[in-house]
Amino acid sequence: MVTLLAPHSADFEIPCYSRIDNEWFCQQYFEDRGGDLVDATVQHIQITVAAIVLGVLIAFPLALIARRWSRLETPLLAVSTGIYTIPSLALFPLLVPFTGLSRTTVVIGLALYALTILVRAILAGLRAVPDDVREAAVGLGYGPARLLFRVELPLALPVIMAGLRVATVSTVALTTVGSLVAYGGLGNLIKDGVTNNFRAELAAAAILCVVLAVLLDVLLVVAQWLLTPWTHRGTSRPRTRSRVDDRVDDEVGAPA
Amino acid sequence: MTVFSDMLDYLLDGANWTGSGGMLALLVQQLLLTVTALVVALVVGLPIALWLGHLGRGGFLAINISNVGRAIPTFALLGLFVIADPWGWTGDTFPGTAELGPYGRAGGATLVALALFALPPIITNAYVAMREVPDDVKEAATGMGMSGWQRFWRVELPLSMPVLTSGVRLALVQVWATATIAALVAGPGLGRVITDGFFRSNYGKGLAGAVVVAAVALVLELLGALLQRLLDPMSGAEAALGPDDDADRPDDSEAGRGTKASVTALKVEEAETFGD
Repeated sequence: MVTLLAPHSADFEIPCYSRIDNEWFCQQYFEDRGGDLVDATVQHIQITVAAIVLGVLIAFPLALIARRWSRLETPLLAVSTGIYTIPSLALFPLLVPFTGLSRTTVVIGLALYALTILVRAILAGLRAVPDDVREAAVGLGYGPARLLFRVELPLALPVIMAGLRVATVSTVALTTVGSLVAYGGLGNLIKDGVTNNFRAELAAAAILCVVLAVLLDVLLVVAQWLLTPWTHRGTSRPRTRSRVDDRVDDEVGAPA
Repeated sequence: MTVFSDMLDYLLDGANWTGSGGMLALLVQQLLLTVTALVVALVVGLPIALWLGHLGRGGFLAINISNVGRAIPTFALLGLFVIADPWGWTGDTFPGTAELGPYGRAGGATLVALALFALPPIITNAYVAMREVPDDVKEAATGMGMSGWQRFWRVELPLSMPVLTSGVRLALVQVWATATIAALVAGPGLGRVITDGFFRSNYGKGLAGAVVVAAVALVLELLGALLQRLLDPMSGAEAALGPDDDADRPDDSEAGRGTKASVTALKVEEAETFGD
């Protein structure tokens, strides 16, 4: 054995992530297994983004329904909060009979979690739109759809974006639990790291997960900044009003 | 859907509930974990948060700890604790996968991870609760000659109870839910039923575990709501006034949400007709 090992170790460096050293941070790991990290990160981002998009697509009409028919608001919020209390490790198995061991299972599960936060945020955002602004728009001949998309949604955006940020950051963290059905993005590497006592893999995946959450959060902050130019152009309150007035003027002016 | 009949069979078979590895034992173990972690988080977090809230300082920290906590996956934290001893103090024995009394395999790691997980909602809610006590009430208390401690104990704490307890309730349900993740590192609790079922392709069993965990989560949520009502010193007064929504209605019926919504809807409809 010794004769076999000696020449081997002489011309071949044992990587610092081997079971002998098992270092937490190891340059060699990134060089040798960087592909795994990239693949897992891509899957993580795909699952998170798909879940958030699906969540918004479901939450938006639900929030509109809850606003229009206030009697439905309490049951709607109760159901979405009820879903939130179901542990993620329990929700994925509950979906498996319908969607199988697939990416869809994780995406639907995460979207259901995001739903709770998103419905509340959209509802709160729309409610925060000042009534006089809404009435002014109605008085100027805005129909419900145009009122919603041209006046109410832009003004509700800061509150909605706050909810979207919370939902996104939690979803990034929760995606790791998807490793139960083998679609957990970086969670798969975390699980593998725990099972095989592979410190470099676990540490890299865990840190990447947090970095990803922070990056997506920053991205949303930037998006909000770009989408709501009136909030950072001079003083906020008068600009908000005049901006809406401008828009209303534009709309009215257009057909004439 | 044979999975569902498998699940029912598993749930209805008494043998699966009893014994040392039975669901009942695991359920008790997970409840024990949840309560212990919550108590640890309360003992550590509440004094700090209430003190900061009383002084009105450290708001940035108290609020942002929730945002930071949200970004850290508990699974990753748990994994880190399980495969290593992060500070090198105990020669790879803490927390690791060592048995910890009734908390089972990797009990120490799970407890620490859960307690850390429970801290943010407790701290943030307790701090916000203290800060939301109206300034004039605090000034009145000081004006009546109350010391800082008296003001805290007799005025601020009772008034901040509803928000504070809602944080604790949130933490309770979330800790229970998150405790199931311990099974992903072969740790204690009911999550093991789920992972066992999954990794051995016995989906009926996995589903059965999921149903039990979800059901207990809902029960805890309801119990939390009940406890919150019991702990709120103002609950009697609130009950007399009716819920928040209705409370502001008698003042001005136009301000009622429903009325306002229907008025707007009416206006929108009118506008529509005129437009056409």
